[in-house]
Amino acid sequence: MLAYYFNLALRSLKRNKVLTALMVLTIALGIGTSMTTLTVMHVLSGDPIPQKSAQLFRVRMNVFPDANFKPGDKVPDNLTRRDATALMGDARGDRQAMMSAGSMVVSTAQGDPLSVEARYTSADFFPMFDVPLRYGHGWSRADDTARERVAVISAALNEQLFGGRDSVGKTLNVGDQSLRVIGVLGDWNMNPRFYDLSNGKFGDSEQVFVPITTALDLHLPTSGNTNCWGSGADVHAMNAPCLWLQYWVELDTPSKVAAYRQYLHNYIAQQQQAGRFTHRGQVSLQDVMQWLDAKGVVPSDVRLQMWLALGFLGICLLNTVGLLLAKFLRRSGELGVRRALGASRKAIFMQCLVEAGIVGLAGGVVGLALAGLGVLLVRHQPTDYAAFIHMDLGMLLTTFVLALLSSLLAGLLPAWKAMHVAPAAALKSN
Amino acid sequence: MHFRHILHALGRHRIAVGLLVLEIAFSCAVVCNALFLIGARLERMQRPTGVDEAHLVEVGVRSVMRGSPEAVMAQTRTDLAALRALPGVSDTAIVNQTLFGHSMSFSGVRLRDDTKAPSIPVTQYLGSESLGRTLGLKLSAGRWFKPDEFVSDAKLENGSSGVPVIISRALADHLFPGRSAVGQTIYAFGANRVVGVVKRLVQPLDYGPPGNYGYAMMFPVDMPYPNGTYLLRVKDTAQRQAIIGEALHALKTDGPLRLVSSKYATTLEAARDKYYRNDRAMAWLLVGVCLLLLVVTAVGIVGLTSFWVAQRRRQIGIRRAIGATRADILAYFHVENFLIATGGIVLGMGLTYGLNLLLMLHYELGRLPLYYLPVGAVALWLLGQLAVLGPALRASNVPPVVATRSA
Repeated sequence: MLAYYFNLALRSLKRNKVLTALMVLTIALGIGTSMTTLTVMHVLSGDPIPQKSAQLFRVRMNVFPDANFKPGDKVPDNLTRRDATALMGDARGDRQAMMSAGSMVVSTAQGDPLSVEARYTSADFFPMFDVPLRYGHGWSRADDTARERVAVISAALNEQLFGGRDSVGKTLNVGDQSLRVIGVLGDWNMNPRFYDLSNGKFGDSEQVFVPITTALDLHLPTSGNTNCWGSGADVHAMNAPCLWLQYWVELDTPSKVAAYRQYLHNYIAQQQQAGRFTHRGQVSLQDVMQWLDAKGVVPSDVRLQMWLALGFLGICLLNTVGLLLAKFLRRSGELGVRRALGASRKAIFMQCLVEAGIVGLAGGVVGLALAGLGVLLVRHQPTDYAAFIHMDLGMLLTTFVLALLSSLLAGLLPAWKAMHVAPAAALKSN
Repeated sequence: MHFRHILHALGRHRIAVGLLVLEIAFSCAVVCNALFLIGARLERMQRPTGVDEAHLVEVGVRSVMRGSPEAVMAQTRTDLAALRALPGVSDTAIVNQTLFGHSMSFSGVRLRDDTKAPSIPVTQYLGSESLGRTLGLKLSAGRWFKPDEFVSDAKLENGSSGVPVIISRALADHLFPGRSAVGQTIYAFGANRVVGVVKRLVQPLDYGPPGNYGYAMMFPVDMPYPNGTYLLRVKDTAQRQAIIGEALHALKTDGPLRLVSSKYATTLEAARDKYYRNDRAMAWLLVGVCLLLLVVTAVGIVGLTSFWVAQRRRQIGIRRAIGATRADILAYFHVENFLIATGGIVLGMGLTYGLNLLLMLHYELGRLPLYYLPVGAVALWLLGQLAVLGPALRASNVPPVVATRSA
C-alpha cells in the first residue's frame, strides 16, 4: 500500500512543480541553517576529555586580604604561587599540577629566532591529561624539585626544528640558556584548551612544555591573566600578592572529592588563623564540564546563532504547513472521488503524510548540501574555533531525521484537514 | 472598500489565514530584533579611539639574549632614533600596550590613599615622551609630560616616586565631576598628580562595562623595547606598507640578534579590522538571515494566495460578470493581504517586544528603540503587497465567461 501512496505522491508532486520546489527549498533552507549552527554548537560544547572529565578538577580559592575581599565576589580563576606551592606540597589528590602559560624565543640552527608558546607545569601534567608522547617521556616529580633544564616539545616544533626525527637528547636554545629535549608529543590537540582558557579557548597546543620550577628559575616570560593587589617588582616571587597560576587535581572517586573539598576548607581555616584575612574565604572545586560551563566556553554569538536558526526553521515549517494545506485542499475533488470509491479516512491521511514525507526527504538532501556549504563557510570564518568545526556521521543522520520529522509535523494538520473532506460535497462542487 | 466582505471571506479560511498571520508575526519579531543586533554591532565597531589611526603603524621586537637594563634601554633609544630617521616617518614612540593588540594592563585607581577606598580599574599606557604626539592625541586641559618627569618601569611599579599622570576626559569627568581634574591627585602607582587631560583615549581592548571603554591614563615611562611596541607616525597613508618594510629592515640591521618579524608589524587600521572581524561576520550573518526570512515569508504569501485564487476562480468570474472591473479584483486581493499583514504585524509587535526582553536577559542588550517597530511594519506591508501582486494579477485576468461554465 505504501508503494502505491508513494507513487501517487510523486505524481501529485510532479503536477505542481513550482509549489513542490518552493516547499522543498523552504524545508532545505530551514534544515541547512539549523544543522550548520547545531554542528557548531555540538563541536564547541563537546567534552574535550570524555574518559576523564569527571575526575579532573579545577581548584580555586579566594584568599584576598580583607581590603580586597567583597562578599559576593566571584572566586578568582587563578592561585597565588604561595597557595599553589602549598597545595602541591601537601599533594592530597591522586595527581596534581600547577601551571601557567608562557612564551619564549628559541634560537634555531638556521639563525632566525622563533617565538613559541609554552606551558610551564609540573610532572603530573602528562599522565593527568592523557598526553600522548611519540618519543621519550615527560619529566618526573624529582625533576621538578631539582629544577632540571628539560623540555617536552610538540610534534609540530619537532618537525620544524629537527625534521621530525627522534630529538630526545637534543638541545633547545632559549636566549643564553639551554633546555634538553626529553620528550616529543604525539598527536595532541586539546580543544577547547580547558586546562587554561585565558590564552585563547581554541587553538593548537603549546609547542614547548617546561617544569614550572625551571621556568621560574630561568625567568622565562609568562602570559595569561595576572592579577595583583599590591605593588612589587616581581609578580612571580613566592610571596607576591598576585594570582597567576592554574591548579588542577585528579580525584577518581566521589569520596575523594568530598575529602579534598574538606581539605581546601581546612586550608582556608589555617590561613585565617595565620592572620592572612578574617573573612570566610571561598573555595571552588569544579570538574571539566562544570568549569567549561562556568567559563562560558561556547561563545554567546554561537548560542544566539543557534536560536536564530531554530527560529528560522520554525518559520519555514509554518510556511510548509501553509503550502501543504493549499496543495491538499486544492485536490479536494480527487480526494472526494477516492473517498467515494471506498478509501478510508486513514488511507487519505497516510497518503498525505507520505507526500509530506517525500517533500521532507528531498528537503533533507538539499538541506544537507546547504549545511555542508554552511559548515564550509563557518570554517572560513575568522574565529579561533573555525578549524575544528566538522560534520560527523551523527550530525548527518540527525539532519535526515530532523528533515523527515519536521516535514511530517508540518504535514499533520493539512493531512488531518484533507482526511475530513466530505466526499459528497467535494464531488458536487467539482 | 468592502472590508466587511473581505473579513467575512477570510473567516472561511481560518487555518490558512492564521498560518500567514503567525508567519508574518514571527518574521516581524525576528527581523526587528536582528536589525537591532546589527545596529548594536555596527555602533560598537565604529566607536572612535581618539587616536589618529590612519597614520599609525606598529612594530614589535623581542629580544633573544637578556642584556643589562642599561644596555636594553640604550638599544631602545638607538632603535627609536633609527626609526625616526626613516623618510616618511614624522614621529616615533614606544608604548606598553597597543590598541586592538593582544593584551592590556589595568590598575585600580582610588581617590584616597587608603586601600579600603573604592577603586575602579583603569587601563594604563606607559610610554616615551613623544607618545601623545605620535598617537595624535588632543590635549583638552593641562600639559604634556616634561622630559625630566620620565622614570623607569621598575620605579613606577614601586609606586613611591609621585609620577605625574595624564588621564582621558571621560575618566576626568567620572572622577572629578564638575571640577577641573588638572592638579588633583589620584592613587594608582602611589600618589599621581594629574597634569593633563586628553580629549579621548580608550582601552586597547573591549573589556568590562561599556561605560568604562573611554577610561584610560598615561604615565611617563622609559619602556625597554622587549616590554613594548614601537609606534611610527607616517606622513602619507599610502606609504604605510613600505614603511613597515623599511622599519623591519632598519631594526634587523641595527643591534644584536633579535626577533624581528613581519608577523609582529601591522598598520593600526589592519589591527582594528582584525579585532572586529567576528562582529562583522556576525552582522553579515544576521543580514543573511533577515533576507532569507523575508524571502520565505514572501514565498508563503505567494503560495497561499495562489491557492485562494485558484479556489475562487468561479466567484471571481461571477464578480467580473456582474460588473467588477479588473482593478476591483486586484484591489480585493491587495486589501485582503493588507488585512492579514496588519494582523501579523500587531501580533508581531508583541512578539518583538517579548524577544527583545529575552535578549536583554541573556545577551546584555539594551531595549529595542521604538522606531524599529514602524520600520518593520512598513517593510512587512510592502513585502506582502509585492508578494501578492503576481497571484492578484492572475486573478484579475480571469475572464467573466468563467461564471457561465460549470466547473
